[in-house]
Amino acid sequence: MVGIIDYGVGNLFSLRSSFDAIGESAFVSGDPEQLQKADRLILPGVGAFGDAAAKLRENGLDQFVVAQVEAGKPLMGICLGMQMLFEKSYEYGEHQGLGLLKGTVVGMDGRLPAELKIPHIGWNALKFQQRDCPLFKGIQEGDHVYFVHSFYAEGCEDALAATTAYGKELTAAVAKGNLFGCQFHPEKSGRVGLEILKAFCAVGGAQ
Amino acid sequence: MITKRIIPCLDVKDGRVVKGVNFQGLSDVSSPIELGKYYSDCGADELVFYDITASAEGRALFTDILKEVAKTIFIPLTVGGGINTLEDFDRVLKCGADKVSVNSGAIRNPALVREAAKKYGDQCVVLSADVKRVDGVYRVFAKGGRENTGMEAIKWIKDCVAGGAGEVVLNSIDTDGVKGGFDLQMLDAVCNAVNVPVIASGGAGCAEDFVKLFKELPKVDAGLAASIFHFGEVKITDLKQLLKQNDINVRL
Repeated sequence: MVGIIDYGVGNLFSLRSSFDAIGESAFVSGDPEQLQKADRLILPGVGAFGDAAAKLRENGLDQFVVAQVEAGKPLMGICLGMQMLFEKSYEYGEHQGLGLLKGTVVGMDGRLPAELKIPHIGWNALKFQQRDCPLFKGIQEGDHVYFVHSFYAEGCEDALAATTAYGKELTAAVAKGNLFGCQFHPEKSGRVGLEILKAFCAVGGAQ
Repeated sequence: MITKRIIPCLDVKDGRVVKGVNFQGLSDVSSPIELGKYYSDCGADELVFYDITASAEGRALFTDILKEVAKTIFIPLTVGGGINTLEDFDRVLKCGADKVSVNSGAIRNPALVREAAKKYGDQCVVLSADVKRVDGVYRVFAKGGRENTGMEAIKWIKDCVAGGAGEVVLNSIDTDGVKGGFDLQMLDAVCNAVNVPVIASGGAGCAEDFVKLFKELPKVDAGLAASIFHFGEVKITDLKQLLKQNDINVRL
């Protein structure tokens, strides 16, 4: 059973449906008591880092997420949800993340060649940085996934699982133990995205 | 690098795809769900659903259909048609749309783009502009291309992007329906004016038109078409192979 963490940021309809499509039962909840019962968790997110992090804290879900990950439950952050796993973000100011992974989130503006459009919107190819990452079991290097973002994580050290080329190699996926993250949207990445969600659902962990 | 996108556009009226669809192998060619799935399986990078219903019942039906589409198709979905207020954004986003395209709604209420971008993010707001040359000047047309607003198009598009439109669909009325190729001149003018993705629409008559589009205007991010896909004149799978053979980066 997959628990999708709802903290009032963005629309979870497609994400929820994508688990139905791969035959995994999933539920959406903002209640730690309910989420506690899930075998694995998804931390979604769209919008601005500062607002989202504040909302997560408001509901006490920040501590819940950290505790669950430390207890060994598999968790995957998606898009902004992935960015929040890091220590800090410099999106319009400086914001604290959950600090579960080493690294910071920085803006593309000024760091990429000027001719590139920001946000990075569209389908881009994955370059594996961890060949044996469990998320990539059903896919191949070079497969395309759908991105929409203006900020990216850097300094991820050994958690860096895949990158994508946009002016430079940007962090596309991270993995460390039971903790995973995708900068792209697996729920909008066609067959490849569904394979990644399937692979996440096959990852073992505390039951 | 990021790939060029191929986007079929489906006009939906009273819950059915209109504008004559002619496919073999689909049991119900005017079902938005079946047709959407077919395109998604063929490698479409995104789908645009355009609601051309006028009635409230039709509108409710459209959102029901949209929900069904979003349950079965896992690529980005853009929805347009009848988007006039933030409530309209809310209505379609809740049903699984990823982006919302505004056209006449933004002309009637120029604050709409800004308000929507603030609430849902720039990436969610697509400006769709119907543009036609009048005495050598690009003018914005409203009401499905029937009414000249008198506004100069490049300035209008620039203002909307400054207000938060994250993408621009440029539909050239001059080339639309002619099937003689995209309006490269008009697209070039828009690409040079904004730094957000530009989607070419209007004029595609054959697969080579897409090759020419991306070869001559590398700044264009995507090509959108309806009838050539619906009538099977151009198959998306073949189109993508052709683009790849011409060294244009696509998702296969």
